[in-house]
Amino acid sequence: MRIGLFVPCFIDLFYRDVGIATLELLERLGHEVAYPPDQTCCGQPMGNAGFVAECAPVERLFERNFSGFEAVVCPSASCVHHVRNKSGIDAGLKSRVYELVEFLHDVEGPDRLPHARFAHSVTLHNSCTALRSLDHEQPPELNLPAAQRVSKPRALLARVEGLSLVETERPDECCGFGGTFSVSEEAVSARMGQDKVSRQQASGAEFVVSADMSCLMHQAGCAARHGIGLRYVHIAQVLNSEARA
Amino acid sequence: MNEQPKRIRIDHAEARSRPLAPDGAAEREAQPRGARTRKGRPVDHAEAAERFLAAPDHLSFHDKRLWDLREKRDREARGIPEWEQLRGLASQIKEHTLARLDDYLEEFERRATASGVVVHWARDAAEHNRIVLGILRGAGASRLVKSKSMLTEECGMRDFLAEHEIEVVETDLGERIQQLDDEDPSHVVVPAVHKLRSDVAAVFARTLGSDPSNDDPAYLAERQRMSNRPLILEARVGMTGANFLVAETGAVVVCTNEGNADLCASVPEVHIVSAGIEKLIPRARDLGVFIRLLSRSALGSPITQYTSHFRAPRAGGQMHVILVDNGRSNRLGMDEFWTSLKCIRCGACMNTCPVYRRSGGLSYGATYSGPIGLIIDPTIDRHKYSQLPYASTLNGSCTAVCPVGINIHEQILSWRRVMAEAHEPAMGKRLSMKGASAVLSRPAAYRRAVDAANAVLPHMPRFVLYNPANAWGKGRDVPAAPGQSFHAWYAAHRGPRR
Amino acid sequence: MTARQTILDAVRRNRPRGEHKLPEIPGFAAPGDPASEFKRRLAQMGGRLLAPDGADPLAPARAMIAEAGSGIVVSRVAALPGNRALDGAAPASLHDVDLAVLQAAFAVAETGSVALRAVDLGVNALGYLAQRLLVLVETRDIVATLHDAYARPDFHEQPYVVLQTGPSATADIEGVLIHGAQGVRALSVLLLGPE
Repeated sequence: MRIGLFVPCFIDLFYRDVGIATLELLERLGHEVAYPPDQTCCGQPMGNAGFVAECAPVERLFERNFSGFEAVVCPSASCVHHVRNKSGIDAGLKSRVYELVEFLHDVEGPDRLPHARFAHSVTLHNSCTALRSLDHEQPPELNLPAAQRVSKPRALLARVEGLSLVETERPDECCGFGGTFSVSEEAVSARMGQDKVSRQQASGAEFVVSADMSCLMHQAGCAARHGIGLRYVHIAQVLNSEARA
Repeated sequence: MNEQPKRIRIDHAEARSRPLAPDGAAEREAQPRGARTRKGRPVDHAEAAERFLAAPDHLSFHDKRLWDLREKRDREARGIPEWEQLRGLASQIKEHTLARLDDYLEEFERRATASGVVVHWARDAAEHNRIVLGILRGAGASRLVKSKSMLTEECGMRDFLAEHEIEVVETDLGERIQQLDDEDPSHVVVPAVHKLRSDVAAVFARTLGSDPSNDDPAYLAERQRMSNRPLILEARVGMTGANFLVAETGAVVVCTNEGNADLCASVPEVHIVSAGIEKLIPRARDLGVFIRLLSRSALGSPITQYTSHFRAPRAGGQMHVILVDNGRSNRLGMDEFWTSLKCIRCGACMNTCPVYRRSGGLSYGATYSGPIGLIIDPTIDRHKYSQLPYASTLNGSCTAVCPVGINIHEQILSWRRVMAEAHEPAMGKRLSMKGASAVLSRPAAYRRAVDAANAVLPHMPRFVLYNPANAWGKGRDVPAAPGQSFHAWYAAHRGPRR
Repeated sequence: MTARQTILDAVRRNRPRGEHKLPEIPGFAAPGDPASEFKRRLAQMGGRLLAPDGADPLAPARAMIAEAGSGIVVSRVAALPGNRALDGAAPASLHDVDLAVLQAAFAVAETGSVALRAVDLGVNALGYLAQRLLVLVETRDIVATLHDAYARPDFHEQPYVVLQTGPSATADIEGVLIHGAQGVRALSVLLLGPE
C-alpha cells in the first residue's frame, strides 16, 4: 500500500526514534511509505481545549498533506482518535487514517509482523483513548461478550521473542496527562502521574510500553522526578527491535 | 516529598498552650476545606485540589475508598451477563420519557391525585421553598426531619427555612455530619466521604457532646442514632427526595441504606416528597431495570437495604409531592446536553473519576460535583462554573460506568467549545490557542519553532526549565530532546523524493 | 399562569427531537435456584437466616420471641402472638418495640430482599422503629429477579411496599460498615415450606 506517515508534533520534536521505528516497521511489511514534509499536527491541542475555529486551518493543511494516500498511519492513539471522532477533516480521508496498533492488528494481522526480540520484563500502558475510543482492549468497566474481548496490543506483543509481560495495578486508571490538563491542573496531573509510575514500578517491569507517547512523556517525566528507574518505549520500538539490534 | 514538622500550637488568646495529644499520638491532619468562592469569579477547582492533595491522610483514604466502590461495581457488573443490555434499556427508557415528559408528568399527577396525594408544581428553587414552608405552617410545625435530597441542596432550602425559624434535621448520617459541620455534602451517595473518623469525632464532640477522644465509627453512628431518634419521633412533618416517580401508578420510589427515608415518611403525620421533574419513568416494570442498576453502580451492592414505594398517603397521614423544574425544562432544550437529565444520581462517575478521587467533591464548589457536575453546573451558572469543564482529562471512564449511558466525557468537551465561543477562558489562554493555530497551520513557521526548540532545549539550564512559570516542570521532568527532529532525520537519511 | 402550566409549556416547547421509542423489557434468565440465591444474598447483605426446624417449622420463631423476654414484641402473624397489639397505634408510639414479627408478601432471590406491604406491616413505621425484625418467608414466594418482583400487582394496588434487604446499614464514616444505623439493627428471616 502507499502509506502516508503522520508523525505528531511531539514525536517529531522529542521522540524521533518512535517515528523511525514506525517508518521501518511499515517498510519491512512491504509498504511504500512517504512522509509528507509539510505536515504539522492534527489540531488536537486546540480541539481538546474547545477552540474549534482554531482547528480549521490546521485541518485543511492535514488534508492537503494526506489526501493522496491509500492509508495514513500514525503512532499515536490520541491523535487518530481526534482525527477520526472529533475533527472536521474530510470524511473519506478520516476513514483511511489508522493508528499503528490497529493497522498492524486489523489490516496486517499479528502473524505478518517481522521477527522481533525484546528480552525484558515489560508492562503495558493503554492510554484512555486507546482503551475507550480505539478498542485496543475491552475497557474494564464494560461487560462485553467474549468475542469482543480481544486485546490488540497484547496480540502483537505476544509475537515478540523473550518479552515477558507483567501487570500493573489499576491498569486502566488515567495517568493524568490529559493535554492542557497537565498544565492547568498541574498538581492533580502530577499526582496522578506519580501514582501511575509507582504502580508501574511495583509491577517489577523494566520497561513501560504504550501506543501513546504523550502519556509516556508525562509518565517518564514523573518517574525521573521521583528517581524511579523505569524506561518508557513506544510499542513501535519494541516491535521493530530486531532492525535496531 | 518533604515532611511537615509536627507542631505544637500555642493559643495565646487562652494564655496557655494546647496539651499534646494523648499517648504522644501524631497530631491529626486538618480536614482540607472546599473551593473558595469569590463573588463574580469562576470557581477555581485547581486551587482547592492542591489543598486536598496537600492532606495525604485524607487524600489516601478518599482515593482508596472510592476506588474500592468502583471495583465492587465492576464485580457486580461482571456478575450479570445482560449488564450492558440493562444499561442500554435504562438509557432508552429515560430518553423516551424525557422526549414525552409533559405527558408523563400529567399522567403521574392524575394517578397520584386519585390516590390522595397532593401534587404541587414549582418553577424554581424559591417557589419550591415557599411551598415547603406553606405545608410546614399548615401543619403547625417548626421542625422538619428529612432524608437525602440533592434537589433541596440545589434549592438552598435549609437556609431559607432557617430564615423562617424552621429547624431542618438531616437524618442521613453523612448528611447530618455535614450539616453539623456547616459544610455541603461532597458526594451524592456518601456525603462525608472526604472526612476521616477523627474529623467526624471532632464535629460530634462540638455539636452533640460526644467524647472527643472516641473516633470509633460504631460509637459515632450510635450517637447520631440516639440524637436523631427523638427528633424523628416528635416531628410533625418529614421530607424525602425521590429516586424515581412512576407515571403509571403515581408512585414515588426512594432508596436508602439506613432506612431514614422511611422513618421520615412513616412516623410524622405529613410526608413531603421533593422531586425534580426528570425523575419520571413510565411504568412499574421499568423499575426492574433501574433498581438492578442503581445500587450496583453506586456501591457495588445488589440493592439498597431499603427500596420503598409510596403510592398513597398512609392511613391518617398526608402525602405531598412537589414537582420541581428549576432549570430542567431549559436543559431539556439543549441539543448536546439534554441527556444529562437521564442521571439517576448513583455517583458511579464520581467514584471512577481519577481527578475527583484526588480532589474531593467540595473542590468543585457546586451542588453537583465530579463528572456529572461538570456538565450540569454550567447550566446553573455558566460563568461561575466556566472552568469546571477543564477539570478533566477526558479519559472517558465516567461514560463507561454511567448506568444510563450519558456520554459524560463528550459533553465535557462540548462545554469547552461553548466556553471557548463565549470567551470564558482567560485572555492568555485564548491568545495562546490562536498563536498555536497560526503556527500549526503554516509549515514553515512550524519548522522554525521545532528547530529552534531542538537547538535550545538541550542547553537550557535547569533553573530556566524548572521555575514556577513553567507549570509542566513543577511535578515532573521535561523530556530530553534528542537534538534532532524526525523531520530533520528523514530529510538527512531519506532525502527528497522526486 | 400557574406554575403547572408554565412548566408543562416549557417542557413541551423544549421536547428533544427524534423518535425515542419506549423499549420492551425482555425476560432475563436467572442463575441458580431461587432459595439458595436468596439465602446467599441475604447473608451478604447482613441478614440472618434462622436455622429451620423440620418437625415444627414455627419453633425457631417462637424461640426468638421467647428470647425477647420482657421486651415488647408486636406480631402481625396470627400463629405467633406478641405481647402488644398494634391496634391502629400512632407510629411514634412504636418507639419502644424490641421485636416485630412479620410475614413477607414475597422475597427476591437476586437481591436477598423481603417485600413488606402496608397490609403486612399494619403501621408502616413498625418496620423501622422496632429494634429487630423477624420476617417469615414462604419458599414458594421467592421470585428470581427484580423483573419478576415488579410484575406483581402489589406495586399497582398497595399504598406502600418496601423491599427490605438485611438490616439498616451505613458506611458513611470512613467506609466502615455499621448495621443499625437508623432503622432496625437486625433482620432475621425464617424460611417456611419445601425448597
